[in-house]
Amino acid sequence: MPKTEFSPSIDSRPTYAGLVSQGAAPAIMVADEAGAAALFDLAASDASVMDHAHVVLVGCDAAALGDVKPVALHEAPDFDAATPLVTQLLNTARMGTQIYLAGSEGLIGHVSALAFAAGMPVDEIQMEHRGSIARRMQCVHCKGITEDVTTDPFTCAHCGLTLFVRDHFSRRLGVFQGVCVDAETPGVVPEVVEIQA
Amino acid sequence: MKKLCLKVTAVEQLSPLVKRFRFEDPTGATLPVFSGGAHLTVEMPEGDTIRRNSYSLISDPYDGSAYEIAVRREDRGRGGSLYMHTKVSEGDDITVSLPSNLFQLDLRARKHVLIGGGIGITPFLSQLRQLDMEQKPYELHYAARSREEAAGIKLLPQAAHIHVHISEEGSRMDLGAILDGQPLGTHVYTCGPDGLITAVADQTARLGWPKAAVHSEAFTAPPPGEPFDVVVKSSGKTVHVKADQSLLEALEAAKVDIDYSCRGGACGRCHTKVTACDGRILHNDHWLSDDERAAQQDIMPCMSRFKGTRLELDL
Ligand code: FES
Repeated sequence: MPKTEFSPSIDSRPTYAGLVSQGAAPAIMVADEAGAAALFDLAASDASVMDHAHVVLVGCDAAALGDVKPVALHEAPDFDAATPLVTQLLNTARMGTQIYLAGSEGLIGHVSALAFAAGMPVDEIQMEHRGSIARRMQCVHCKGITEDVTTDPFTCAHCGLTLFVRDHFSRRLGVFQGVCVDAETPGVVPEVVEIQA
Repeated sequence: MKKLCLKVTAVEQLSPLVKRFRFEDPTGATLPVFSGGAHLTVEMPEGDTIRRNSYSLISDPYDGSAYEIAVRREDRGRGGSLYMHTKVSEGDDITVSLPSNLFQLDLRARKHVLIGGGIGITPFLSQLRQLDMEQKPYELHYAARSREEAAGIKLLPQAAHIHVHISEEGSRMDLGAILDGQPLGTHVYTCGPDGLITAVADQTARLGWPKAAVHSEAFTAPPPGEPFDVVVKSSGKTVHVKADQSLLEALEAAKVDIDYSCRGGACGRCHTKVTACDGRILHNDHWLSDDERAAQQDIMPCMSRFKGTRLELDL
């Protein structure tokens, strides 16, 4: 599956320029199944990028990387399992470490927020979107996060409000913002549509 | 611009070239607090001109009882620092600006590395008090030629994370050793000679540091130079800039309305459009880009000078 092209939006909406090798620097790479193909392509463009790379694959197995050989390869079944691992890598990383994220907006948002908390400026993180365009949404009312949102509006998994999917994004939390769609006119809810890229 | 009329309450010789000055409110009122890295602009009236130089605050940012600065005597400067050294003594009145800050700490950093060369140690003296107060991890490196010249030693606390490098004693500062291996989330701040700032920028680029984590402050007093004339477009008036005057000071003396803040080529406030230029602008600021300098359509009057036959400013 190729890199996703998103339609133009507000300036603050995150965009994902695609992974570009920064050479044989220390690196932390995190990808899901669709994103693993982007790491594969990255290694094909410059094999040295894997020389000092720690790769964390979320929800897919090492076979997704083919014959690409980073210095260390970790597998985690989901975000919850990956978080302590990625946090540990970030906390022991030194300045100059490059960060590469590839996969869904949920994965990129989740891990870029961890990297941001570790002191990495978000615009220095290499990101490439592949696969699902499902979003990680935060309800601005109850602050609960709903993963894998594919429709607009959607129902908050925590407080049950019907939320409108905004393009406004919190870099600190790595989530898009969901706002009550029928606050002024309770019960008047627009037709549910699939989220588009 | 709001000003404060204060009293000089202490003057101390820190080293053969550096003096410390303490200013307090004459009525004992509390002064506005500031943030680490902030500076003051001090007014120095001499004859018909008022010279204004900016100096980093070296006192505790949270202590409103006084402001302190340290001034190095520059014998070849325009006279601002000489004025401070020879004309200002305890008990004098002194007019200063409110503190403002062009060299703040980025408090999102997980660790701060402060690198000061010579008198460039001054902004860090207030920053390290802020860092101590906020309990942020940091290390400070202070480089000076000789122990005698190192005025900062008297002002620095003794602590394991404060390192003094005296080149005369063979302990030169090794930027590679300082910067390599710093933890992710470190920010570096440099103040001192241009060579030091460039060396830190080069070293961090080599190590792959994000640009946003590299900060520096290089503002200095404006250099003297050859006298020149400048034409004010709105009035057609010609203003003469003397050898020991900055263009900004000459415009102020001629009652031309012009904005400023840092007076050291760092804040951008005095940015002025050039409407005619037959000659060469001697850019001394840290604000304009290389392209803007080459185009000669912009000038920072607080620092820059001119050599040629005609310079007209959009004022
Ligand atoms: S006054 Fe700050 S750049 Fe001129």
